[in-house]
Amino acid sequence: MDASLVQASSKLVSVEGIARKFPGLTVFEDVWFHVAPGEFVCLVGHSGCGKTTILNILAGLDTPSEGAVLVGGREIEGPSLDRAVIFQGHALMPWLTAAENVAFAVSCRHRDWPKHRVQDAARAALKRVGLDAAADRKPAQLSGGMKQRVGIARALAIEPKLMLMDEPFSALDALTRGSLQEEVSRLVTEAGQTAFMITHDVDEAILLADRILLMTNGPRARIAEVVVNTLPRPRERANLHHMTGYHPLRDHIMDFLITRSRTLAGNPPPGYDPRNPPTVRPAG
Amino acid sequence: MSAPVPFWRAALLSLALLAALLLGWEMAVKSGASSGPTVDPELAALLSPEAARGGQTAMPAPSQIGARLVELLADPFHQRGTNDQGIGIQIAYSLWRVAAGFGLAMLIAIPLGFVIGMSPLLNAALNPFIQVLRPVSPLAWMPLALYTIKDSSISSIFVIFICSVWPMLLNTAFGVASVRKEWLNVARTLQAGTWRTAFRVILPAAAPTILTGMRISIGIAWLVIVAAEMLVGGTGIGYWVWNQWNNLSIADIVIAILMIGLVGLALDRLLGLVARAVAWAE
Repeated sequence: MDASLVQASSKLVSVEGIARKFPGLTVFEDVWFHVAPGEFVCLVGHSGCGKTTILNILAGLDTPSEGAVLVGGREIEGPSLDRAVIFQGHALMPWLTAAENVAFAVSCRHRDWPKHRVQDAARAALKRVGLDAAADRKPAQLSGGMKQRVGIARALAIEPKLMLMDEPFSALDALTRGSLQEEVSRLVTEAGQTAFMITHDVDEAILLADRILLMTNGPRARIAEVVVNTLPRPRERANLHHMTGYHPLRDHIMDFLITRSRTLAGNPPPGYDPRNPPTVRPAG
Repeated sequence: MSAPVPFWRAALLSLALLAALLLGWEMAVKSGASSGPTVDPELAALLSPEAARGGQTAMPAPSQIGARLVELLADPFHQRGTNDQGIGIQIAYSLWRVAAGFGLAMLIAIPLGFVIGMSPLLNAALNPFIQVLRPVSPLAWMPLALYTIKDSSISSIFVIFICSVWPMLLNTAFGVASVRKEWLNVARTLQAGTWRTAFRVILPAAAPTILTGMRISIGIAWLVIVAAEMLVGGTGIGYWVWNQWNNLSIADIVIAILMIGLVGLALDRLLGLVARAVAWAE
C-alpha cells in the first residue's frame, strides 16, 4: 500500500482500467499501467492484442470503451502537443520539404513565433537527428530511414512531455533500424525524455526500455507481466548481447511471446491483480 | 517496351503526315468536279465564281485557307461594326465568358466540394442532386437561363458555370475525402486547428485531384462556349463560326476550327502547368 502511494506521486501517465469492447468482442480490458517521468516504457505483444489502439488512446486519437488515461493527474480529452507521436509509417507530408515538415509542427507549438525563428528551430531539430544536410529535400528524395528521422525530429521539435512511438522502425531494413534505435536511445537519454513505445522486436525493447509491459494475445488481452530491465545504461547494440543478464531477460520475454502470451489470454492465473500485474526482474 | 523515340523523329513524322494531308486535300480540291462531289449550282454560285463554273468544289484548298488565315491574322482585333470584328476580338469574347463562368464555378465548387468531402453526411445528402444534374447537357439550361436572366451574354456565362461546376465539385470532394488519415492524425496530434488543417494539410494533399477536376472543367467549358455562342449570337468565336456559315465562307470556318483547337490546347496546357506546380510524389 505504501509502495503504491509513493508510485502515485511519480506518475506522468496513468492508465486506469482501459478497455476496448465491441458488441460480442472484447479486444483488451482492465489495462492498468503507468509511466514515470523520464522513464522509457515498451509495450510488447502479438498483433491483434490492441497495442496500437492503446497508443492511439494515449495520443488522444481514440477513446477507450471503459476506463481513463491521466496525464499529469488530469484525464486527457483528445490530442495534445504535450504528447507527440512518431507514427509507424513516418506520416510526413510529401508536398513539404523535411525542414517544412518539422516547421509545421513547430509553428503549431509556438503560434506567436516569427517565421525565421520557426525555421531555425526546425533546422536545429533536424540537426539533432543528423539530417541538416537534407533539410531542403522532399520526403520522396529521402530514404526510409531518413524519413523516419524527420518524423523523430518533428516529434522532438515540439518538446513534448511524452513521446509516443508506434513500431517506429518496423518498416525499415535491419541495418537502418539498428542505427535509428541507437539514435533514439541517445536522444531520449540526453533529453531525459519520457517515452512509450510499441514494438514486437524483443532486442529493441531490451535496448531502449526501462520497463517492458508484456501483453497477452486477444481477445480479452491484458498486461500479464511487467519486466524491469535492469541492464545498465548506456546500452549499445553492439555489446548488448554480452551484458550479464541479457540472455535471461531475452529468454524470459521470448518464452512469454511464444507460449504464455497464448495460454494466459483471457485466462489470468489465480491471484492476478490487473492493477498490479506481477513484476519480474529476469536480468537479476 | 522499346527505347523512347527521339523527339525529332516524332516531329518529322508529324510534319510529314501534315504535309501529306494538306497536299492530298489541295489535289482533291484542284482536281475539280470530276472527283469531288457535285455541288448544287445555286449554292455553288453563292460560294465562289470558280465553283459556279464547275471547275471546283465548294471546299476551299489549303492554299486558299492559308491566304485567308494570313489576311485574318494581319488585323485580328479590328472592329468595323457589329458584324465585322476581328477573329482575335471574337476569341477574346469567348475567353472572357469562359473565364467568368469557370471562375464563378471555382468559387462555388471548391469550397462546397471541400465541405462535402469532409462531411460524409452532406456527401450522402447532396449526392442525389449532383448525380441527377451532372449528366444534363449544359445547353439544356440555356432556355431557362435566358428566361430568368434575360441577358444573352450572362446566360452563356451561366451555361459555362453550370457545365464546369460538376467536375470540380466531384473531384474536390473526392480529393478531400481521400486525404490520408495519417496526415490528419499528425494535424490532430499537433492541435493544428480546423483552418490550419484545411489550408496546410487537406488543401495541398487534395490539390492534384482538384486540378484534375479543373482541367476537365476547362475542357468542357471551351467545348460548350462554341455551342452556346452559336445559340445566343452577338459575339464570340462560336457566333463567328455561325456567321461565317451564313456567309458561306468555308475557309473561315476551317480557320475557326483550327483556332478553337489551338486555344483549347493552350488552356489545357496552362492548367497543366499549375497542376505540375502543386503535384507531389511520395
